[in-house]
Amino acid sequence: MTQVFVPLDSAALSMGANEVAQAISDHAAKAGLEVTVVRNGSRGMLWLEPLVEVETEAGRVGYANVSADQIPELISAGLLTGSSHESCLGLVEELDFIKNQTRITFARVGVIDPLSLADYEAHGGLKGLRNAIAMTPADIVNEVTESGLRGRGGAGFPAGIKWNTVLNTEADQKYICCNADEGDSGTFADRMLMEGDPFTLIEGMIIAGIAVGATEGLIYVRSEYPHAIDVLDQAIAIANESKVLGDSVLGSGIKFNLEVRVGAGSYVCGEETAMLESLEGKRGMVRAKPPIPALVGLFGKPTVINNVMTLSAVPMILADGADSYQSFGVDRSRGTQVFQLAGNILRGGIVELPFGITLGDLVNKVGGGTHSGRPVKTVQIGGPLGAYLGVESWDVPMGYESLAEVGGMLGHGGIVVFDDTVNMAKQARFAMEFCAEESCGKCTPCRIGSTRGVEVIDRIVAGEEQAKNLELLEDLCEVMTDGSLCAMGGLTPLPVRSALKLFPADFGIKVEVK
Amino acid sequence: MSNYSEESILNFLGPYKGNGSAVLRSLQLVQELLGYVPDSALDIIAKNSNVSRAEVYGVFTFYSDFRSTPPAKAVVKVCVAEACQASGSASLISELHDRGYDIHKGNIKDDIQMEQTFCLGNCALGPAAMVNGAPIGRATCEKIFAATSAVTA
Repeated sequence: MTQVFVPLDSAALSMGANEVAQAISDHAAKAGLEVTVVRNGSRGMLWLEPLVEVETEAGRVGYANVSADQIPELISAGLLTGSSHESCLGLVEELDFIKNQTRITFARVGVIDPLSLADYEAHGGLKGLRNAIAMTPADIVNEVTESGLRGRGGAGFPAGIKWNTVLNTEADQKYICCNADEGDSGTFADRMLMEGDPFTLIEGMIIAGIAVGATEGLIYVRSEYPHAIDVLDQAIAIANESKVLGDSVLGSGIKFNLEVRVGAGSYVCGEETAMLESLEGKRGMVRAKPPIPALVGLFGKPTVINNVMTLSAVPMILADGADSYQSFGVDRSRGTQVFQLAGNILRGGIVELPFGITLGDLVNKVGGGTHSGRPVKTVQIGGPLGAYLGVESWDVPMGYESLAEVGGMLGHGGIVVFDDTVNMAKQARFAMEFCAEESCGKCTPCRIGSTRGVEVIDRIVAGEEQAKNLELLEDLCEVMTDGSLCAMGGLTPLPVRSALKLFPADFGIKVEVK
Repeated sequence: MSNYSEESILNFLGPYKGNGSAVLRSLQLVQELLGYVPDSALDIIAKNSNVSRAEVYGVFTFYSDFRSTPPAKAVVKVCVAEACQASGSASLISELHDRGYDIHKGNIKDDIQMEQTFCLGNCALGPAAMVNGAPIGRATCEKIFAATSAVTA
C-alpha cells in the first residue's frame, strides 16, 4: 500500500488540496492501485501548495503546486514511486527551506496525520505529559521557568512566572485559557499548528493544568478559522476517548477537561482580558489591570492565559528538559521562534529558528525577497500594531529586546513584506482606521483618538498646515500610547509613527519630521 | 430560513437555560440555525439566559459576525488586512466593486454577498478570500465567481 500525503491545512485547501486528494483517490480506485491518502498538516512551504508527498524507501518525495487535473498524468509519470517529473522536488526533508530550520514546536506539523494519536506518540508525543505526571507541580513550573520560555502571543512575558502566580493562588477552581484568537495580519502559525498537530497544544494545556492545579481548559479560537476549529474538536474527542483528557489523565487520577470556544469576529478579543469577557459570553470589553488574570481571571478565578505557540512549546520542554530548550536563542530570547513570512514574499510560510537570525536573512535568504520581484520597501513585524521597518534594519537580529532597540516589536512573529509600490501614508491611515473599527470603546484615547488620527493624517497628506498637524499627530500618538488600557490603542501609534519617520515623502511632507 | 418558532429556538438553546454566561454562545447557535439573528430571537435569548434584552443586544452588536437579516446564498469574505494589501488586494476589491459588490457595505446581488474581513490566516497566499467557509488563495475575480456559482447554482 502506497502512502500519499495531501495537506488538509487551510492554506493548502485554498489552492485546491481537497480536489487533489479526491482526484488521487478516484484515479487510484479506477486504475486498481493500492493507495492510501493521508491528510497531513502543511510543511509550511506555502508557495508550493498543494504539496503532495509520496512515501518511498528513501523517504518522502514531494511534488509542488499539484492540481487535480494533473493527477492522471503525474501518476502515469510515476508519482506513486517518487519518480522524477518537472514538479518533483525530491526528498522533502532535504530541501534547504526545511533542512535549515530548527523545528521544535513545528517538528510534527506536516509530517504526521494530525488526527492520529498513534502517529503523534510515535513521533515523541505524550512524553512530556508522562514526565509531568511524575513531577510535582512546583517542579513542572520550575522547568518551564528555567527553559526561558516567554509568551509568544506578543508581550513576551515569562511563562513560568505567570504559572507560578497561578500555582501559588488558592482557589476552588482555576482555568487554563489558550488564546487562539490569532487576529494579526501576517500571522498564521497558531492556525497551522492547530490544523497540523492539535495534540501538541492539547498536551501543553494538560501539562499547564497539572502544573498550576487547573482542571478546566478553554481554547478561544477565532471564527475565521473554521478548519482549525473542526480539527481541534475532533482531536479533543479522540483525546477524551483515549483517556488523555478527562477524569484521569493517562490513568494518573488527575482531572483535565478541555473545550473549544469560538470567537465572533472581534480583533480586540485577542487581548487577554477582552478574551475573558468574551469567554464569559459578554461584549469583548478590555478589563483594567490590575488585578492580573493570573489572580482574577475567568469568572474571577486564577487563570493561566497563554498563546497557542507558548503552550505548544511546553511538551518539548517537559520531554527533553529546560536545558535543551534554553540552549537555543540569544540573550533573554530563549528557544525557537516560529516566524511567519507573509505578504509580498516569494517563499512565504513557516520558518522555525532559534532567535538571533537577522531580519535581512529571514526576508531575503529564506524568503527569497518579494513575490512581485520588485525591491522590498518595508516590512511590518508583529501584526497591525507592529512597527514598519526599512531595509536599514536588515542587520537587526530577531529577538524581543533587539527589535525593541530599533523601535520594533516581535509580537507573534509575523513578518509582512511590502514592495516599493506601497504608499506608507495609506498604511499609517489604515492603522488608525483599523483601530477605530476594532476598538472595544472602553477608553477614550483608543476609541476617539483613532478616528481623530485618520482625520489628522488626511490633513497632513492634503498638505493642510503640515507643521501644526504633525505636532497634533505626535501629541495624539503620545496620548494613545500612554493613556490606553491595552495594546489596541497603546500600540497603534507604532506603525503610524514608524511609517512617518521612515517615509515622510509618502505623506507629501515638506517640513522636517521630529 | 424564516420558518422558525420560539419553541424551536428554545429547544435549541435548552442546555443554556438560566446561564447568563451563554449569551454569546446562544447568539452563535441561533445564527447557525437560521443563518441570522432575527430581532425576536434577542428576546428569546434574554428570557432563556435570564438577562436583560439590552445585554443580549449589546453582545449582538459588539461582534461583527452577527447579522440581523438573512445572508445571501453565497457569502464571500475578502481580506482587507495588511498582508493581503501587500499582495494586491486593493485591485481585487476595486474589480469586485466594478461588478456591483461593495465589500465595505456587504450588499447582496444575484444571491451573492461580499464582506470585508480582517485576516483569514492565509497571509502568504494573498489576496485571501473565503466562500461559505471554503478558503481561496491568490484570489482573483475569476476564482471567486467560480466558487460562488458552485454554491448559488
